[in-house]
Amino acid sequence: MSIKTFSQKQWSSLLVAGIIFASLNGCGNGGDSTTNNAVNNSETSSLLDTIKSRGNVICGVNGQLPGFSFVDENGEYSGMDAEFCRAVASALFDDPAKVEFRELSAQERFTAVQSGEVDLVSRNTTWTISRDTSVGMEFAPTIFYDGQGIMVRKDSDIKDLAGLANQSICVLAGTTNEQNLADRMRKQGINYQPVVFEDVDAVYAAYDQRRCVAVTSDRSQLTARRAILANPDEHEVSSLVLSKEPLGPMVANGDAKWFDAVKWITFALIQAEELEINSQNISSFEKTEDPQIRRFLGQEGNLGEDMGLPNDFAARIVKHVGNYGEIYDRNIGQPFGLERGPNELWTKGGLLYSPPFR
Amino acid sequence: MEEDKIPFWRDSRVLKIVGQVVVLLIVLTIFFFLGSNLVNNFRRLGLTFGFDFLSRPASFGIANPPIAYNSSDLYTKAILVGLINSLRVMFFGIIIALFLGIIVGISRLSSNWLLRQLATIYVETLRNTPLLLQLFFWYFAVFLKLPRIDKPIILGRWGFLTNRGLDIPWFGDARQTWLGLGIIIFSLILIVMLWRRRIYVIEQKGESGQIWLWLLVAVAIATVVIFCFGLDWDIPQLNNNNIAGGLNLSPEFATLLFGLSVYTAAFIAEVVRAGIQSVGKGQWEAARALGLKSGALMQLVIFPQALRVMIPPLTSEFLNLAKNSSLAIAIGYNDIYAISNTVANQTGRSIEMLLIVITTYLTINLIISTGMNWLNRSVQLKQR
Repeated sequence: MSIKTFSQKQWSSLLVAGIIFASLNGCGNGGDSTTNNAVNNSETSSLLDTIKSRGNVICGVNGQLPGFSFVDENGEYSGMDAEFCRAVASALFDDPAKVEFRELSAQERFTAVQSGEVDLVSRNTTWTISRDTSVGMEFAPTIFYDGQGIMVRKDSDIKDLAGLANQSICVLAGTTNEQNLADRMRKQGINYQPVVFEDVDAVYAAYDQRRCVAVTSDRSQLTARRAILANPDEHEVSSLVLSKEPLGPMVANGDAKWFDAVKWITFALIQAEELEINSQNISSFEKTEDPQIRRFLGQEGNLGEDMGLPNDFAARIVKHVGNYGEIYDRNIGQPFGLERGPNELWTKGGLLYSPPFR
Repeated sequence: MEEDKIPFWRDSRVLKIVGQVVVLLIVLTIFFFLGSNLVNNFRRLGLTFGFDFLSRPASFGIANPPIAYNSSDLYTKAILVGLINSLRVMFFGIIIALFLGIIVGISRLSSNWLLRQLATIYVETLRNTPLLLQLFFWYFAVFLKLPRIDKPIILGRWGFLTNRGLDIPWFGDARQTWLGLGIIIFSLILIVMLWRRRIYVIEQKGESGQIWLWLLVAVAIATVVIFCFGLDWDIPQLNNNNIAGGLNLSPEFATLLFGLSVYTAAFIAEVVRAGIQSVGKGQWEAARALGLKSGALMQLVIFPQALRVMIPPLTSEFLNLAKNSSLAIAIGYNDIYAISNTVANQTGRSIEMLLIVITTYLTINLIISTGMNWLNRSVQLKQR
């Protein structure tokens, strides 16, 4: 009898101890995370500082898209999106090689940013209101103004959307292309069969094997992928433009300091072209008297330091990767013969415009 | 008496309880940690948790929807389309895999050398290569290599086989069709009843059961006649490089169904082989001594006993098939996982959509296991 009472007491006191332990533990955790949260939001601990102490920047890219990001014959990532990652690394570390590339699918990219798996995504991503708000992204300025197009076989006689009635159209999952196509077809009351793949290569392989009569994507992507199809001459990107697709880098919502840095690194590329500073002639600006250029290159003022970057961040970018025009020509202009069109500076009738560096 | 008391740290009753409490605390702590991590990350990104986004229009298209769907329908409808697509593949996949598996499994034990070797090659090749690879192979190397739509394979005057899929006749949505289908289902039940009656008469009364066989054949013929002429068949027509009418089974559906079935069948074949081999040698010898032919021997003596061993592992093969159907996303088939992914991507609600998908697969698989457990109980030896 007495044994039983004793053990019952023991048991209940243990239980109480357990509960206390659990709640203490719970409080501890809760406390910790609240502090973390507060620190994250404050100016002192931004992703920018984490990246600087880590010593490299982790950049999410496509990896399957010539002209934007893909692995070239030397085993290096090349393309505009990849160069943007290098521009960020140059600004932070004065070394364009301090980038760790992560290939992301269209589906993975938002979660990768949200979860902090990558610091930024530079993966031909269209800036839309829902991605900016409900998906929790922050978009840096657009680095490529694109529009959705359609690629068909030259012998298919398809000139407009009506020609695609009841036909299969290949499209990549998780893109604005999928939605734009649905919107346009719904507006015109055309019935069609979307064949949706998660993998870019699968989309074009299925198109090449005639599973679909057409493939739809951003026009730059179609142009780039057309070049690596089995017989590029058999295909054409039709003149139809279905939508506007402003493509740019993005970071997670809620870290203003890191977002500012990425934003102004983008503007620096544009501003450098506007000031006609490029990787070849930058050394000739060392002794310039122009106050605007001196400020831009960090020779006077502290525009860089104010946002947690070195003062000469713009100079480093131009020195290592060049200005916007150079990056465009190297990756898109020369290989694919694509005119700059809207991706020209505002002074030359395009849309690229950087706010003043002041 | 008091001195004889066992100290509590050596009292096994206390220790058992303490052990359980500790484990429970550890589990709770882990869950709490993961949960608070999630909540904090949501807060950090300014996101909210909720399912109200499901009642917004989906605004993306789905090919070959099994129910009427267009891009202005809600996300819930899109997910339902995905669910039906998944269930379609699982249901037919399980049936095909089961029959194929049984045939291959029995063939592995056949006395015919060639058949035995072919079955072994089949099992070993399919069982030892990744399913994803097989799906890509079937899709890009087989189904998309079928003739193009401008020169299709014409199947009599009933259908077309092209790399846009298989077009087969399907019944139109008329009252006649539904009436016909009702009669067919009724006749099928009647056929099963007649068959049982015949077996009963043969076994219990020792009669020939000939009259039941004639009745059965008559009902079967009537059913076939209704099936051919009673349903309002819609036959696919080819014009202008486009096939209209009938039912289009897309290459994606065909690949997934075929790939999953032949892959799972390899595993089921091994389950069947194990089941048959588990039946004692004496049973074979006794059945042969009774003069049973090999078909009847298998059907009446060996298989019913093998089933007792086969059903539990069969259950897990069925569950695997159901789960593997989520590989549909790789070959562009719109199953529930592929569609949920698209929804999650458009709305940024990954956690919510993951929960929906997990719950769906869990429910489907629990239903399959419940059914199989029921079947398992019904074939076990009854204690009399």
